[in-house]
Amino acid sequence: MKTILHFIKKEFLQFRRDPKMFGIILIAPVFQLILLGYAANFDVKTVHTAVLDFSKSEMSRKYIEAYKSTGYFSVDYYVSTYEEMTELIDKGKVLAGIIIDRNFEKDIYSGKPAQVQAIFDASDGNSSSIAAGYAVGVTKLFSQNVSTEFMQIKGKVITPVNSVNAETRVWYNPELKTRVFMIPGIVALLLMVVTLILTSLAIVKEKEIGTLEQLIVTPIKPYQMILGKLIPFAILGFLSVIIVLTAMNVIFSIPVKGSVVFLFVSTFIYLLTTLGLGLFVSTISKTQQQAMMLAIFVIMMPMIFLSGFTFPIENMPKAIQLITYIIPLRYFMVIIRGVILKGIGIADLWPELLILLVMGVSILSFSTLRFRKKLD
Amino acid sequence: MFHRIKALAKKEIKQLLRDKRMLFVIFFFPVFLLVVFGYAVNFDVKNIKLAVYDKNHSAESRDFINTFTSSKYFNIVKYLNSDSEINDVLDTKKAQLIVIVPHDFSEKLYTVKDKPNVQFLIDGVDGNTAMIINNYIEAAVNYYNQNFQTEFLSRTGAKVSMPVDFRPTFWYNPDLDTTKFLIPGLIAMILIITAAMTVSLSLVREKEKGTIEQINVSSIKIIELLVGKAFPYLIIALINAGFILIAGNLMFNVTVKGSLILLLFSTLIFLSSAVSLGIFISVIADTQQIAFSVATFITLLPSMLLSGFVFPINNMPYIIQLITNLTPVKFFIIVLRAIILKGVGLETFWPQIVYLCLFTTIFLILAYVVQRKKELSA
Repeated sequence: MKTILHFIKKEFLQFRRDPKMFGIILIAPVFQLILLGYAANFDVKTVHTAVLDFSKSEMSRKYIEAYKSTGYFSVDYYVSTYEEMTELIDKGKVLAGIIIDRNFEKDIYSGKPAQVQAIFDASDGNSSSIAAGYAVGVTKLFSQNVSTEFMQIKGKVITPVNSVNAETRVWYNPELKTRVFMIPGIVALLLMVVTLILTSLAIVKEKEIGTLEQLIVTPIKPYQMILGKLIPFAILGFLSVIIVLTAMNVIFSIPVKGSVVFLFVSTFIYLLTTLGLGLFVSTISKTQQQAMMLAIFVIMMPMIFLSGFTFPIENMPKAIQLITYIIPLRYFMVIIRGVILKGIGIADLWPELLILLVMGVSILSFSTLRFRKKLD
Repeated sequence: MFHRIKALAKKEIKQLLRDKRMLFVIFFFPVFLLVVFGYAVNFDVKNIKLAVYDKNHSAESRDFINTFTSSKYFNIVKYLNSDSEINDVLDTKKAQLIVIVPHDFSEKLYTVKDKPNVQFLIDGVDGNTAMIINNYIEAAVNYYNQNFQTEFLSRTGAKVSMPVDFRPTFWYNPDLDTTKFLIPGLIAMILIITAAMTVSLSLVREKEKGTIEQINVSSIKIIELLVGKAFPYLIIALINAGFILIAGNLMFNVTVKGSLILLLFSTLIFLSSAVSLGIFISVIADTQQIAFSVATFITLLPSMLLSGFVFPINNMPYIIQLITNLTPVKFFIIVLRAIILKGVGLETFWPQIVYLCLFTTIFLILAYVVQRKKELSA
C-alpha cells in the first residue's frame, strides 16, 4: 500500500512539473463543452429562400406572404428566370426555391389545382426535409383558407366532414431541443478524450524515455505500478467530471433530473473502461506515436461514431449494430441521457451499468496481465 | 535549398518505412474506418418502434392504426392495455412512440361537432429523431383524413380538390439519402486527423529525443526543416485520400459528379492546410503528449461538430459561426459536396479554395514566428 502511495506521489510531482499539460486537461474540456454545446443543434430556424413568381398576381403574393409569416422562411431573393434560381441553389446561397406557375391565380379561381414547384438543396443535411415539412404546412394552411373563403363567397354550403385531430406530446424534451440531447453526450466524449490522452501514453512514455527499466528493477510489483499510474489519472478524470458537469449545469442550465449520486457512481465505472482501454493501448505500443495513433483511430473515433452519440444505433445496418455492443460509450450514453434527461435510475439502468462494470474490470485486468508478461 | 529538403524528406520516409506497425495504422485505419462509419452515419429514421393503446377496439380505430403499419416507417412492438404501462414503455425505450386511440373514436368520427382526439406520445430525448417522427405522424394522419373525407364525400356525390398542387423536388440527393451528404464530412474528418496528427508528432518527437539539436547545428534552416519533414506526410495523406475516395465509391456509391482533377487539386490544398496546422502544433508543443492533446482537442471534435458535417452552421449562434472558420474542414466539406454531389465547378467554390490557401499561409507564418521567438529566448 505504501509503495503505491509513493508511486502516486511521484506521478503527481511529474504533473506539477508539466503545468501546460495540467492546464490542457482541466480547462480544454470546459472550452470545448461551451463551443460544441452551442454548435450542436439540428433545429432549423431560418430557411433562406428564393422565389420565382411567374404569376405576379395578388394570389401569388398572398401565397408568398404565407411563407414569410411563419417566421421560418426568409425570402432573400426574387428572381425572374429559372437560371438565376439554379445558380443561387448551386452556390448554396439559398436552401429552398419556390416556383409559382404563370396560371396560379387563374387556376385557383377556376377550381383547377394551381401548380407550385419547390426545389430544396438536399446536399446539406437534414435541413432540406425539415424545410419541406414547413413548406407543406404553409401550403396546406393557405389552401384551407382559400377554400373556405371561396365557399363563403359562392354561398355554398360546406358539407361537414370530420377529421382526426392529432394531439402530439413530446416527452422528456418538450421543446424538442437537440442541444439538451447532445450535451450529455459531449460530456461523455470529453471525459473519454481526457482519460485516453493521459493513460494511453502512461507506460509507453516511460518505455520510450527508458525509465521503465529502472522501474522494473525496483521491488515494485506490476499491479502496484499499474494502480499507482491509474489512481492519479482516475482522480484527474473525476475532477474533470465535476468541472464539466458543473459547467453543463451552469452554462446550459441543464439540470440533472435523476440522482446525482448515481450519475457520479456510473461515471466512475465508465472511467474504468476508458482508463483500461488507454492502458491497454499503452502496453501494446512500442512508441508514443503508435500509442497515439491507436488511441485516436481504434478507440476515440469508434467511440464517437458507434456509440449513438449523433447517429442513432437503431438506424445502422445489423452488422454494424453488432460492433456497437463492444463500445463502452454506447452503454454510458444510455445511462447519462437517462439520468440527466429522463430522471431514471438504477432500477432501469442496471443492465447497462453491469455491462460497463464487467467491461471495465476485464479490460483493466487484461492490461495488467499483458503488462506482467512484458516484464518477464 | 531543394536538395536539403529532399534529403530530409528521404530520411523521414526511411524512418517511417522502418516502423511497420505505424505504417499499417496510417494506411489501413483511415480506409477501414470510412467503411465501418460510412454504414453507421445516417439520420434516416426507419422502423420507428410504435406501441398502440387502442381504447376503442372498433373497425374504424383498426383502420386508423393500419395507416401506420402499412408504411415502412412504423413497426408495432407492443399493444398496451392500461394507462399504467405508458410510462414504463417510454422510460425503458421499448417504444419511441405511443398512439392512444380514445374510447369514443368511432363515435366522434361521425359526429361533426366534436373531433376525435388521438394522442401521440413521442420520446423526445433525441430531438432530431422526434422531429422526424412528428413529421411522419402528421403525414400519416393527413393521409387518413384525406381518404376518410374523400370516401365520405363520394357517398354524398360531392368532389374534393386541393386548391394548390405543391410539388417538392430535392436536388443533388433526390432520395434524401442522408449517408450521401455525410460521407464527404467523414472523408474530410479522417483526412485532417491523419495529416495533422502525423506531422505534429513526427516533429515533436525529434524535439523530445533531442535529435532536433543535431539538426539545429547543421546548416538546415527552420523552414527547410519544416517543409522537408512535412512533405512526406502530405504525400501519404494524398495517397490515403485516393484510397478513401475509391472506397467511398465502391462501398457507398458516392460517385463523383464533377471533375476528378479538380477534386485532386482541392484535396491537395486542403491537406496543405491540415499539414500547416500540424506544423503549428508541433512548434508550440514541447512534448509528444502535449502535441497529442492539442491536436486531439483542435481536430477531433471540432472537425465533426463545428464543420457543418453533422450540424448545419446556419443554425448556430453568430459567435460560434465565426469560430467555425477556424476549422479547415468546414471549407473542404463545401468543396467536396459541390464536386461530388452537385457536380459544379470552381466558379461556385473558389472563395473556399482561396480561404484554404490563406489558412495554410497564416499558420505557416505563425509557426515560423513562434519558432523564431523560442529560439531567440533560448
